[in-house]
Amino acid sequence: MSRHRLEIRVVPRAGILDPEGKAIHHALHSLGYVGASEVRVGKLIHVDLDADTESAALETGDLMCRRLLANPVTEDYTVGFAPEGAGAPHLAREGA
Amino acid sequence: MKVAVVTFPGSNCDYDLYKAVQLVGGEPSFRWHRGHELGDADVVMLPGGFSYGDYLRAGAIARFSPIMEDVVAFARRGGPVLGVCNGFQILCEAGLLPGALIRNRTLKFENRDVLVRVERADTLYTSDYRQGEILRIPIAHAEGNYRADEETLSRLEGEGRVVLRYVDREGRATDAANPNGSIRNIAGIMNERGNVMGIMPHPERRVEGILGSPDGKALFTSLARHFEPARAG
Repeated sequence: MSRHRLEIRVVPRAGILDPEGKAIHHALHSLGYVGASEVRVGKLIHVDLDADTESAALETGDLMCRRLLANPVTEDYTVGFAPEGAGAPHLAREGA
Repeated sequence: MKVAVVTFPGSNCDYDLYKAVQLVGGEPSFRWHRGHELGDADVVMLPGGFSYGDYLRAGAIARFSPIMEDVVAFARRGGPVLGVCNGFQILCEAGLLPGALIRNRTLKFENRDVLVRVERADTLYTSDYRQGEILRIPIAHAEGNYRADEETLSRLEGEGRVVLRYVDREGRATDAANPNGSIRNIAGIMNERGNVMGIMPHPERRVEGILGSPDGKALFTSLARHFEPARAG
């Protein structure tokens, strides 16, 4: 059993209106970034998880998304591992 | 009519529902979300508010409250379940109603009276209204923008399960009359069986003239009449 830091990204599904992304898009245009054609805003979730293997950790993360972290009607998600040193500081302390 | 009003941490319309039920001669009682005691309730109501601070998504955490197991079982047995505002969001998250409610297109918390048209006057919840009647009742939400895939929408429309729709004074479901961007101006829907209804507007806040209008009252008298035909006023 080892600890894994999952990095889960939840974003509005393609074709689903993203009012927040739209508002940010407008603001970027006001700043002169006229090349910004679309903005989508989602969530980034780190979960520290004890699991036997990396694939078991990813599988659990996938299940977490389907059951709670993402709404399949409006959101898509990806599950991966957080880059070294990302997120919660307590793990960094443990490693030190 | 015995009504169980479920209180989640962050619910704030539970007393309004309680009072509205009392007003039409029903017997309301509160149920804390951690319990498993729906008892002999005839009807379950999920109130508006901000359960769990709307963390993750509105209704996403409340849906895992212990009492929701009982609410889902009650609904599956055909028991009437009404969700208002946050209650509607919870019903969608719990899978008792299709679709989802996302951020208002205005990005604002919309807190004002709106006009809604009664699309169906032959349901458990709307039998004391007239078909096509226009009600003035308030909304108070930031996530009331209803979304579902095309297939679900055609089913909802085809089976007459859109119960309330945002309209203008002439009863037209225009874009200008739509306060949150909800697809097809949808303000409230039912499940296939017609026992579960979710709506964004707050009828419980408009049950007496002194509250601005009595337009919401007939929803509660409709229900009460179903259970106690002689008593509902």
